[in-house]
Amino acid sequence: MKKVKIYITLRESVLDPQGQAVMDSLHNMSYEDVKDVRIGKYIELEMEDSKNLTNRIEEMCEKLLANTVIENYRYEIEEGVTQ
Amino acid sequence: MKTAVIVFPGSNCDTDMYCAIKEGLGEEVEYVWHDDSSLDGFDAVMIPGGFSYGDYLRSGAIARFSKIMPAVIQAANAGKPVLGVCNGFQILLEAGLLPGAMLRNKKLKFICKTVPLAVENAETLFTAGYKKGDIIQIPIAHGEGNYYCDEKTLEQLQEQNRIVFKYHGNNPNGSIDNIAGIINEKGNVLGMMPHPERAVDMLLGSDDGLKLFQSILQHWRESHAAVTT
Repeated sequence: MKKVKIYITLRESVLDPQGQAVMDSLHNMSYEDVKDVRIGKYIELEMEDSKNLTNRIEEMCEKLLANTVIENYRYEIEEGVTQ
Repeated sequence: MKTAVIVFPGSNCDTDMYCAIKEGLGEEVEYVWHDDSSLDGFDAVMIPGGFSYGDYLRSGAIARFSKIMPAVIQAANAGKPVLGVCNGFQILLEAGLLPGAMLRNKKLKFICKTVPLAVENAETLFTAGYKKGDIIQIPIAHGEGNYYCDEKTLEQLQEQNRIVFKYHGNNPNGSIDNIAGIINEKGNVLGMMPHPERAVDMLLGSDDGLKLFQSILQHWRESHAAVTT
């Protein structure tokens, strides 16, 4: 088994109003050194290992998990718990 | 004209849409459950507003892969009128029937109020009953109606006259170029955030949305007459 960790973030060109609101709040708390906040999603999959594992992950990201019009994704594959 | 109103788990404007067609327009209409796979015999397809699948992952992302969607795409490709309102618009974007995507409203607030819209294109089958430049009062009710597309897509939408409705005056959600509704290249798939089905009788505060449904019916009558004579 593999554990797949997928990180989805808004593209650089897309405004992140949620991140902006959080940054304003951090500034109000006097964390003035924060220069940007981007909020994204983190998804964990447990998958059977296969030769085309990366292809399958990318396919799932492109089709459903991320909307590539506004989002970027990256992923890491780790050894999962042996069942 | 026989119209289908698609119902997903979490749809909540399906009854409004049904009544707009049944009572506002006086035409035949049926609910079609998301788990069905056929739209045979329907002349038009409505994808209503709401929170399909709880808006999990992204608005419309999961609904886009429900069992009925291949039939919706087939109806769109066959040139039948397909209207997506609010969450329906989001589903059409996720399905790739319309370009772009929705972001959270710029001020992060869920906005529920009647807003003025400008009719930018009155030459579509959905808007032939209006005149270009008409200002109509239609309710909006959304938290993610901040329409976004890249510059190239925006230029294309502008050049091809595919921006059908714009917010007039104040832009409530931050959408690019004040976009409230866009149409596909072929002209038979319209997506819009405002709810015309909630504005079909003066009892509701406005009947400015009724013309949209009347326009669809008029188009159907004309194309139907052309086929049968």
